[in-house]
Amino acid sequence: MPEAAPVVPLVGWGRTAPTRAALLPVRGDDDVRAAVLAATGRGVVARGLARSYGDAAQNAGGTVLDMTTAARVLHADLGTGLVDVEAGISLDELMNQFVPQGFFVPVTPGTRLVTVGGAIAADIHGKNHHVAGSFGQHVRWIDLLTADGQVRRISPESDADLFWATVGGMGLTGVILRAQVQLKAIESSRCLVDTDRTPDLDSLMTLLAETDHLYEYSVAWIDTLAKGKRMGRSVVTRGRFAKLDEMPAKRRTDPLAYHGSVKASVPDVFPPGLLNLATVAAFNELWYRKAPKRKRDQLQSIPTFFHPLDAVGGWNRIYGPRGFVQYQVTVPFGEEEAMREVLDRLSSFGTASFLAVLKRFGPGNPGMLSYPSPGWTLALDIPVMKGLAGLLDSLDEVVIAAQGRTYLAKDSRVRPETFEKMYDRLDDFRAVRKQVDPDGVFTSDLARRLAL
Amino acid sequence: MIDALGSPSSLLLVGGTSDIAVATAHRYLAERPLRVVVAARDTPRRSTVAAELTAAGAQVQVVDFNADDPASPGRMVAEAAATGDIDVAVVAFGLLGEADQLRTDAAAVAQLAQVNYVAPAVVGTELANQLRRQGHGVIVALSSVAGERPRASNFVYGSTKAGLDAFYSGLADSLVGTGVSVLVVRPGFVRSKMTEGLDDAPLATTPEAVAEAIVTGVRKGRHTVWVPGAMRWVMSGLRHVPRAAFRRLPI
Repeated sequence: MPEAAPVVPLVGWGRTAPTRAALLPVRGDDDVRAAVLAATGRGVVARGLARSYGDAAQNAGGTVLDMTTAARVLHADLGTGLVDVEAGISLDELMNQFVPQGFFVPVTPGTRLVTVGGAIAADIHGKNHHVAGSFGQHVRWIDLLTADGQVRRISPESDADLFWATVGGMGLTGVILRAQVQLKAIESSRCLVDTDRTPDLDSLMTLLAETDHLYEYSVAWIDTLAKGKRMGRSVVTRGRFAKLDEMPAKRRTDPLAYHGSVKASVPDVFPPGLLNLATVAAFNELWYRKAPKRKRDQLQSIPTFFHPLDAVGGWNRIYGPRGFVQYQVTVPFGEEEAMREVLDRLSSFGTASFLAVLKRFGPGNPGMLSYPSPGWTLALDIPVMKGLAGLLDSLDEVVIAAQGRTYLAKDSRVRPETFEKMYDRLDDFRAVRKQVDPDGVFTSDLARRLAL
Repeated sequence: MIDALGSPSSLLLVGGTSDIAVATAHRYLAERPLRVVVAARDTPRRSTVAAELTAAGAQVQVVDFNADDPASPGRMVAEAAATGDIDVAVVAFGLLGEADQLRTDAAAVAQLAQVNYVAPAVVGTELANQLRRQGHGVIVALSSVAGERPRASNFVYGSTKAGLDAFYSGLADSLVGTGVSVLVVRPGFVRSKMTEGLDDAPLATTPEAVAEAIVTGVRKGRHTVWVPGAMRWVMSGLRHVPRAAFRRLPI
């Protein structure tokens, strides 16, 4: 390994379960190769912008490669929208560079602050999953540094097994160095957004089921504190990019203007008592009330429509020193009752959950550990509190009974035996990993915790 | 690994047949299944404990440990770590000794110091080395309120616990920033096989209550817990009682 990397405590976005690892900034392939070949029994894993909520980019006692120092655009074809990039580049940077040139990222989660390497490793999804699928489907090839120190260019055509084990594979097949990503052409940087409020879960699910196909992007925010008849009341936003002739005349001179800066920041020390049932209930009430009952064709910027939370840097700190977990699960269509049960039990538990998001997935892809599959997906943030472990374990049972699964990029507490029941292609993934990394050089706290 | 909600996947019980160690394992097993390493001498009781924990859902591994043997701690920790990370290690072995005999029997004093202070210090060092290497983990050390201010009725026992307590409190500070933490547990009088036949002291507690305090303390990342909690205030009072008066207290 090059000069000694500092050993530092690392956490995920949820700020729980810190562990120590040697953190090595990566400046090129040689750094990665040297670290991989020098790996001790504690192994190596790559880390991007650390937006995974749990322990995916931690490696206790081992080496963690900070990929954000390798973040260049290597080649861009503005005819086709194909870009070759280093894995450490963020979606934020891609938007800064390419939105003004008429291209948007193919898939974005609720934050722009994820790297391309992380987006592939977690096979992230966004509000357009029902029409566009997940990130891996827009990747043409990946340069992967494997345990033997070799760099392989893998694509769905050349090396389908390794490609689809790497997409969604949480960095456990090797280090993603570079990738070619297909960007999406846009005529403007504004979205035409329709907003609706629904009074309960039934009306929400009906609305999404009946109208999802009419929109490119769609998502619903749910007030998890509303109980009884109002359980599942929500604000639904759906939209698409505006075409040039749909822009107001005064904006047409600079239709691709883009400003995606992160503005305010949450102080490091946030009063722990501030986020409680009363304040969250008040916030939820306000959020619900301030949304229009029904509004059509509202022009919104990319940050407003896609990344509202990015406006507040370090918002994860509001959950205080004990941190928080995100419970994100999906169940197939037809298992709406299971989703209702999960929401019902969470509402009754009375967690001061801030954010609950529901959407519909379209078809999945061949990613062996890829999360999305046709059905409903629910995500919510919950502060760490007494009794939560038991509650979430019991909800996992409901999800398994409905043949659903949890999202590894968000997970920080699921049990290995539970996880086994959720991913029916886990054995295929293990087989590929064993072949390409027989000594288990690539590992992480997540991999250890789940015995992947 | 210890997950985001403080649940470990593995538990090492050093002195694995002690009532507090067994109660701690059961307390964790009531939440979720996990791997439990029972480190103890090869006795029928060890087999019974292993069988009980297996029945309670644990994946049990039995490892030899003898507090009298200086080479035993190193071997024990290596063996326990060979099958996976040690997430939480509970150092729970110890002897109460016969107070009357200990007043005059130098060999008995040496033996008690070996089991209650020397061996725990060696175990703590070996555990810290292992946990530092793995970059995470929690060491739980069973101290005692008796170590806070040793009294005439069992000062030898109290002095060994005072030493153990100082060792693990210092170890805790030396491990800051390594990802490893130490929880020092100070129970009062615990009704267990160690105290069988003795009369309850005030604020007597149970192995189950100590286990509860351990699990909660680990989860919250505490450095010290008293069991019952009120002991903390009682002892902070007693600590300042003048010596002449302390000597005459009926404790």
